[in-house]
Amino acid sequence: MQKPKSADANFALTTSPTPGSAKSDPILIADKITRQFGGLTAVNVDHLEIQRGSITALIGPNGAGKTTFFNLLTGYDSPNSGTWSFNGKNLNGIPPHKVARLGMVRTFQLTKALYRLTVIENMALGARNQKGESVLRSVFPWIWRAQEAEIRARATEILRNFKLLEKQDDFAAALSGGQRKLLEMARALMVEPEMIMLDEPMAGVNPALKQSLLEHIKELRTEGKTVLFVEHDMDMVHEISDWVIVMAQGEVIAEGTPASVMGNEQVIAAYLGAHHNEDLSANLEGA
Amino acid sequence: MDFLFITQQTLSATIGVNTIIFALAAIGLNMHFGYTGLLNFGQAGFLAIGAYSVAVPVISFGIPLWIAFLIGIFNSIIFALLLGIPTLRLRADYLAIVTIAAAEIVRQIARSATFNEFLGGSDGITGKFGKDFFALNPFKSGLDTPILRFNANDLWVVITGWTLVAVITFVMWIMVNSPWGRLMRAIREDEDAVRSLGKNVYLYKMQSLIIGGVIGSTGGFVYALSRQSVQPDNYGTALTFFAYTVLILGGAARVFSPIVGAMIFWFLIVFIEQILRQGVTNDLIPDWLIGVNQVGQIRFMLMGLGLMALMIFRPQGIFGDKKELALDAKA
Repeated sequence: MQKPKSADANFALTTSPTPGSAKSDPILIADKITRQFGGLTAVNVDHLEIQRGSITALIGPNGAGKTTFFNLLTGYDSPNSGTWSFNGKNLNGIPPHKVARLGMVRTFQLTKALYRLTVIENMALGARNQKGESVLRSVFPWIWRAQEAEIRARATEILRNFKLLEKQDDFAAALSGGQRKLLEMARALMVEPEMIMLDEPMAGVNPALKQSLLEHIKELRTEGKTVLFVEHDMDMVHEISDWVIVMAQGEVIAEGTPASVMGNEQVIAAYLGAHHNEDLSANLEGA
Repeated sequence: MDFLFITQQTLSATIGVNTIIFALAAIGLNMHFGYTGLLNFGQAGFLAIGAYSVAVPVISFGIPLWIAFLIGIFNSIIFALLLGIPTLRLRADYLAIVTIAAAEIVRQIARSATFNEFLGGSDGITGKFGKDFFALNPFKSGLDTPILRFNANDLWVVITGWTLVAVITFVMWIMVNSPWGRLMRAIREDEDAVRSLGKNVYLYKMQSLIIGGVIGSTGGFVYALSRQSVQPDNYGTALTFFAYTVLILGGAARVFSPIVGAMIFWFLIVFIEQILRQGVTNDLIPDWLIGVNQVGQIRFMLMGLGLMALMIFRPQGIFGDKKELALDAKA
């Protein structure tokens, strides 16, 4: 069922590092997306493409509209204007659960572990097309028991990878903040997504866990999945992303490889303020 | 004091008709509130619809009782859809407001003079609408033992009622332990997370509302049949809140808690009442403190005190897990 990995392994070298640049094999294309909250324009993205099979970072200062943009793409919020498509399918007006079924699964900035479910239950919930989730068939356990066993086996495998296996019978609420982040990502994998969108996967994760999380994300790329993530941790952005998109005040202001973006004047200005290099004393003397 | 009489009255109430009615109402609420996190404050409305649906078709339209049961189930599904379609997309507290209002609308319509001809206005409906049911009663005489006493009709209601409770509880036990039940508990914890995994939360909340509502309406069947009458004011908000009391006594999201909760609820009410009544009539409680006519109110006051103590010392209820309660949804 998985689409083959992007044929263009060198896309980062061949793609123009300009905002809204065309990719050789885009999985997600957004056009003229705006979202206003009252008078404030939170998101105003003219054109954006995400390369299939890549790890793309979405960075920007606080309030840049990254999470709002995530919410728009995944159907949790509706834009005032614009269109966007995933795998060529238009996503306008598609509710979140259908977006997830199409293969685009997200996680949340404030982790949404299901606290009074056990870790293994959290995982099993993610599996698709469960016979036992139909209200009528739920009454006849022999219909769904075999499938449930398969789901649990797969969940166990992923949990082992994420080093959460010994916690499988604990309530999710008993996990640490970092473990909850891991669980949320592992649970998203149970949906077998083609593209996974991580909202600040590193927030609150301790350095030891961080390294293993990075490995998991790289592994997703190896499996041919597309990853788009929001992050403030520049080390992580540097280490794993093929491509970086920078948002500020709702707009995409820069795109490029991690190295090229970090040296970009506009990006530095967005993070530190446009006048960070000027000598303040010069202004004072003039006054 | 006649302790044997107190015991007989109390035990008969503990497994009696009222316990069955409240257990069914609370089983429905357990589906809504305990497993899915839906704050339904209109459970009395479902019971009212169940009760009127067995009485009105038989009395006013001459329809057989067995078809009236089906009409009752159909009506409660319609009521659940009417409640759910506009509100289940909204935040949980909106459902609470709408359901409490909807249950009152049902009661006010039932007691309005406009439909006097069919629904009997504020007097309700009294008549032999249950005669097909009691015709099947194999007991020619009631049960009269030192510790339990039921007349023949009540005995039949109690036996069929507990059978109904057992069947519903068994089916519910299977359902809540299935992937479907897991999905319901997940919705209770965080709807948005469940949506992000590709599940149609709205559909599942609707299923929960319908199933819990239909179970509640069967409580209405028992209420109507056991009394051979339907009084609109029996289905006020107090009924809903007593059903919540029963559920919380037992502990939410446990299959057996509505049953045990209802037993404890009626045990306490009747026990307190009997003790007070005997105490007053035997001059063990002085007249200036409690008069005979005040017993009815005072039992609820003492019941309230008992509940407060329960909430302080055992907030998770009888079956609940205190650790689990501490992990409240947004821990």
